[in-house]
Amino acid sequence: MATKFTLNGKAVSLNVDPDMPLLWAVRDEIGLTGSKFGCGAAQCGACTMHVDGQPVRACSTPISAIEGQKVTTIEGLGGKVAQAVQAAWVKHEVAQCGYCQSGQIMSAVALLTDNKKPNDAQIDEAMQGNICRCATYVRIRAAIHDAAKTVRA
Amino acid sequence: MTEQSKIKLPQASRRGFLQGAGAAGLGLVVGFHWMPRHAMAQKAAAGTPAMINAFIRIAPDNTVTVLSKHLEMGQGTYTGLATIVAEELDADWKQMRTEGAPADAKLYANLAFGTIQGTGGSTAMANSWDQLRKAGATARAMLVSAAAEQWKVPAKEITVSKGVVSHAASGKKATFGQLAVKAAAITPPADVPLKDPAKFTLIGKDVPRLDARAKSNGTAQFSLDVKLPGMLTALLQRAPLFGAKVKSFDATKAKAVPGVVDVVQISNGVAVVAKNFWAAKLGREALDIQWDDSAAEKRGTDEILAEYKALAKTPGLPARKDGDVDAAFAKAAKILEATYDFPYLAHAPMEPLDCVVKLDANGVEIWAGDQFQTIDQMNAAGVLGMKPEQVKINTIYAGGSFGRRATIQSDYIVEGVEIAKAINGRAPVRLVWTREDDIKGGRYRPMYHHVLKAGIDDKGEIIAWQHRIVGQSIVTGTPFEAFMVKDGIDHTSVEGAANLPYAIPNMRVELHTTKTGVPVLWWRSVGSTHTAFATEVFLDEIAAETKQDPLALRRKLLTKHPRHLGVLNLAAEKAGWGKPLPAGRMRGIAVHESFSSFVAEVAEVVLQADGSWKVDRVVAAVDCGMPINPNIIRAQVESGIGYGLSATIKPGITMAKGAVEQSNFHDYEVLRIHEMPKVEVHIVPSTEKPTGIGEPGTPPVAPAVANALMSGTRMVFRALPLPPTATKSA
Repeated sequence: MATKFTLNGKAVSLNVDPDMPLLWAVRDEIGLTGSKFGCGAAQCGACTMHVDGQPVRACSTPISAIEGQKVTTIEGLGGKVAQAVQAAWVKHEVAQCGYCQSGQIMSAVALLTDNKKPNDAQIDEAMQGNICRCATYVRIRAAIHDAAKTVRA
Repeated sequence: MTEQSKIKLPQASRRGFLQGAGAAGLGLVVGFHWMPRHAMAQKAAAGTPAMINAFIRIAPDNTVTVLSKHLEMGQGTYTGLATIVAEELDADWKQMRTEGAPADAKLYANLAFGTIQGTGGSTAMANSWDQLRKAGATARAMLVSAAAEQWKVPAKEITVSKGVVSHAASGKKATFGQLAVKAAAITPPADVPLKDPAKFTLIGKDVPRLDARAKSNGTAQFSLDVKLPGMLTALLQRAPLFGAKVKSFDATKAKAVPGVVDVVQISNGVAVVAKNFWAAKLGREALDIQWDDSAAEKRGTDEILAEYKALAKTPGLPARKDGDVDAAFAKAAKILEATYDFPYLAHAPMEPLDCVVKLDANGVEIWAGDQFQTIDQMNAAGVLGMKPEQVKINTIYAGGSFGRRATIQSDYIVEGVEIAKAINGRAPVRLVWTREDDIKGGRYRPMYHHVLKAGIDDKGEIIAWQHRIVGQSIVTGTPFEAFMVKDGIDHTSVEGAANLPYAIPNMRVELHTTKTGVPVLWWRSVGSTHTAFATEVFLDEIAAETKQDPLALRRKLLTKHPRHLGVLNLAAEKAGWGKPLPAGRMRGIAVHESFSSFVAEVAEVVLQADGSWKVDRVVAAVDCGMPINPNIIRAQVESGIGYGLSATIKPGITMAKGAVEQSNFHDYEVLRIHEMPKVEVHIVPSTEKPTGIGEPGTPPVAPAVANALMSGTRMVFRALPLPPTATKSA
């Protein structure tokens, strides 16, 4: 049975195993590869997508669970908050290997959409599910503070 | 897990490889190979990009692409190498691009590794410095010659600035793109002057990273993102114990999973090949495999450590001998002794190992975040019975490595190639390791046991030092043994200990090289991951015992080492060493040289009433020669501190009856954002040739943190990870 949902603003119908994780459906079946595979167990956040605006770990979300919902990946990001976050990521040169950064950015956008002025503790709480082995955390914090200023301006 | 590889290495100079891990001499003799003329002629047709030399391609749209012989795995090498070229070329930074060079050791060998193309040992900038300056300056001269011919003016009247070639008297101007085809046909001048470093406009400045944008919008391409027509995905079921082999298997259920195309046995296990990842994963779970454990490692890490401790009671092979250590101990007023233990560690890069392999009758093409091109070419060729040059490698971004992708056995590459061969190359194959495969897959930082002993005279001076190290060699039993192990000593087992800089008249460093069935590998900063901790923490124990300030003691012992002193003093000054701290806050310092770079770090630790503690701030000072890109240096030191701190506070890999007990990030924990301290990085100005910075930030953090805790609690810390709680003793 096909699963129908909206991906980055476009209607999608996928006839795959209903247990196939959203991440692999989007990567292997639809061909959008910005969201990454890091653990397959909702431990690292590299696969983070927005489902109806909320950050979810797509590696552990069966495709059948998102029937009728709106999914946004890094490729479909847009709007003031996303632009501010991505610009801050470039300005602060957050990325090193870059592999986790799609997920980091998706979590940061979700945070700033809810909270326009997070403090360090709130940033740490919102971003704790996203691992970066290059430990770019210092710059992630700085970039989120900077993006928050842009969003508030 | 076959440790014995059949590859025969090209004439890799042992000295070259060791120096790559170590010292001066880099760039003294720089091999410089030009692109074969016929290849250039082929490329130089009008309207197509022109190869000016093996490292520089200029397109009609005026972009200058540097072919990087080094893997970009996060360390900023693409930006650094392009900066060196752009500086000598007088290019505009905005026109610069970088891409991975093809696998071709004749053109792209790491000069620190002899004749092997590969990345590691923090050598990218050091070994490329002279080579790429010359490549850039030569290309500039060729562009000038092309303009001189075209405009019929003397070359010496032509100037170049920000990518524009000009002749002031005639008012003529041209871009690099307009001159490139003509320039490519000019015979490269044999000797070109290099720029006076005082006139550098890009080197030493924070030019923006070339990969920042692609890595902030999801467009950067990693191996996992490569998609070829008809490509299949493979997952490999490896043995549950290191050294076990497939006895028999039943693929009936696996083949019944929709989307599974084939199940094949290869050297390392049984591979399920499917139309997508999910089908391959379900297929793998449905495999029924019987394993032959007869040759497998069946000891647990506790048993292995107990053996190491017993071994440490006997003398090892000498790695360093200064003075008369036994006589000095005999007359010492006091003898201190301490042991330090270090677990196996997985690298756990965010992108688990993966590669794409396309096989046909003429050769094989591989896409990977490839860190060891020459070795991987030889190992892949060995599997296929081909020549290494028939193995084409497309080196693309790696999602981290920390050493994991540079394996002498080319583990993941060989697996991918064996699977492609097993299905007769009927489709391109993407091999994906899951995180569980990564954590359980071995090639860890080896477990180590250290015993340190110091003799102190009645004035409190250290007169004798004995350091005994017990652990596995990374290269013994591999083709690298021949040029990296000398008189039984694997340099990577003792680096940081055998070259301890402290002025101690009688010193002995010994090594016991052990054997286990656990595959091991270099892990960001290699031997210094354990030697820095053992030596720097032991020194603080001596300082406490002799009632000396840890900084003052180091200064006293380093008078002949100005670069160590430079970073030590800078870090101490910036951290406010000696200034009073609020209650519960403590400071520790450590200094260490690795990969010819010098780093000192001061850690500030906050101890809570319940005994829990957190690293709040780390101040680092680094001397890596002339800074090419200070912002990338800072980023690498931040990263090195985070990576080292992860192993400081999080448990390593353990085994029970040979089976690895961890499997994913829930039980192999790594540093998360709330555990990351504030980091300040200060760079010592230098006119020395650049050295590495990918690794040297890592070693000092663990001892600096332990020393902070020791200073505030009077407890001793003799193993990593450090305990999660500490108590202040009276």
